[in-house]
Amino acid sequence: MATAVVERVRSADRSSGEKGGLALLILVGVCLLAIGAGWLPDGLDFLLLVVIGLALVGLIMAAVLGGPDLRRALAPYGLLKPGSMWLALFYLAPLWTLLRNSLSAKETRFDVQAKFSWEFSNYGTAFSDFGPQFGRAFLYAGAATALTILIGYPVAYFIAFRGGRWRNILLGLVVVPFFTSYLIRTIAWSSILADSGPAVSVIEKLRLDGILEGIGIMDDGRLINTASAVVFGLTYNFLPFMILPIYVSLEKVDTRLMDAAQDLYSSASRAFRKVVLPLSIPGVFAGTLLTFIPAAGDFVNAQFLGNPNTTMIGNSIQDQFLRQNNYPVASAMAFVLMAIITILVLIYSKFFGTEDLA
Amino acid sequence: MSRAFSLRTRVGRGALAAYAAAGFIFLFTPIAFIVAFSFNKPKGKFNIIWQEFTLDNWRNPLADEALTEALWTSLRIAALSTVIATILGSMIAISLSRYTFRGSSTYNFLLVLPLTTPEIVLGSSLATLFLGQTIVEFGFTTIVIAHVMFQVSFVALTVRARIRGYDWTLEQAAQDLGASPFMTFRKVTLPLILPGIMAAALLAFALSIDDFIITFFNAGSTMTFPLQIFGASRVSISPQINVLATSILLLTVTILAVGTVTGARRRARHGIEA
Repeated sequence: MATAVVERVRSADRSSGEKGGLALLILVGVCLLAIGAGWLPDGLDFLLLVVIGLALVGLIMAAVLGGPDLRRALAPYGLLKPGSMWLALFYLAPLWTLLRNSLSAKETRFDVQAKFSWEFSNYGTAFSDFGPQFGRAFLYAGAATALTILIGYPVAYFIAFRGGRWRNILLGLVVVPFFTSYLIRTIAWSSILADSGPAVSVIEKLRLDGILEGIGIMDDGRLINTASAVVFGLTYNFLPFMILPIYVSLEKVDTRLMDAAQDLYSSASRAFRKVVLPLSIPGVFAGTLLTFIPAAGDFVNAQFLGNPNTTMIGNSIQDQFLRQNNYPVASAMAFVLMAIITILVLIYSKFFGTEDLA
Repeated sequence: MSRAFSLRTRVGRGALAAYAAAGFIFLFTPIAFIVAFSFNKPKGKFNIIWQEFTLDNWRNPLADEALTEALWTSLRIAALSTVIATILGSMIAISLSRYTFRGSSTYNFLLVLPLTTPEIVLGSSLATLFLGQTIVEFGFTTIVIAHVMFQVSFVALTVRARIRGYDWTLEQAAQDLGASPFMTFRKVTLPLILPGIMAAALLAFALSIDDFIITFFNAGSTMTFPLQIFGASRVSISPQINVLATSILLLTVTILAVGTVTGARRRARHGIEA
């Protein structure tokens, strides 16, 4: 009887500790979000910071003075707190200021800060002036993602099933090119694909230029400054993000399943389609997200490998934000980009989604 | 089974091997190009057309002063942001893998969010935050803040994946044997989770050094290594870019190779399966 009461008190202590810890975590997050987003008048945000500081001291005191149960209940929140505060202040709050900026207008071109005024016309401008850039961003990113699957899947398959004891070294080789800077690699491609560069001369020697021209990869005997060069660059730069997750999911496939399928008179290709491919879908799914999302927002490849008619939305955001100082329209474009990508990801994960993404 | 594989299977396997080889050649083409051009003697300011072989660039790899300065800035930013992000991220990872608590699944989702946001959105949104205040100016501090922001998620997810199978009851055993909480952490917990944390820190460091898009929006007039290359690429591409890139590549590959080999040796010595 007595032990039951003690147990009950303990669990009450524990669950109230849990509730307190969680409530404090959320509260601190919201406060920092508010401070970062500038919801509060000037004096108040300083006061809030003091309150947050005191609350943290209180939490530590409660953990030190309270029993081991309370300490255990509070520990996870205590460990989460510093990192969460960083993300609340520097990830969530900026999304709010971005949204706010996208609804603001600058009175003159030279104002540093735009004034908030429910300026929905920024979104109109984003679509009407930069519609083609949006279209190209998703088109190129989609094409590059498809190409990385075409190139990456067999490579991942080879490493997983034919790698043998070289597996880890081959896997390392996939990553090694990425120890040189992204920009340097892209600049290197721009000289490889240049008009007098090695790629064009090889193609001309093999007399493939006519065919490539016919299917629209080359333009007037040029590779550089074409749409295909941009897609090519994106494909190259994000290929490892496709190979690695596909490898991870293929590595888990039990090879005896394939033997079993073949013992049951399935052909090799049918065994692949019915056994291996479905089991590797989570890897393809993760790889697609890891490739498509950064590719859609990229502007480096379009800058170095494209021409003024192949700019992507990233180029426009960068140009409007950093060169024209037109923060409102740039913010509107960034916000739309994020919204479209979020919707695409949600639809996509509805069809192909798996729980063990992270 | 005198013929283990039919002709068709062997042809298929050969084709797959050839395809994979082509994939690897594709991956290494620009790398070979970068390394080769560190030995080029360029005519004019752009080191993009092969002229003649020279070792001059390697004699003074730091000849491009602005580039060297920028590399130094990048290293300082990477070191500082990696330390902060590794501490914050590891704490999150320990919290998530060790305890089940209210809100942990929502928290998981929050952690993945920054990774599924395009870099250009992360960069521009953070810049709008900094534009609206007067406490910090764009520069070193804002770059570090930005880098920690995207590193934290990477570190947390990497460390969590590495310590997933960790047996937390070992800590209780240590405490039952009279170890203080601090002693338990130092002697039991830390040695076990350290490899995961080191791997995450290396990844975070690499991400910071190479980040261009987010940094571009939050740098002000501070020049990091990628920003310097980008800014200079319109007027000149010096061979020192290739020399430094090649050196960084060799250095990281050596560190990784040594780490892998000694790690494998240690595991072999202790008789633990990899």
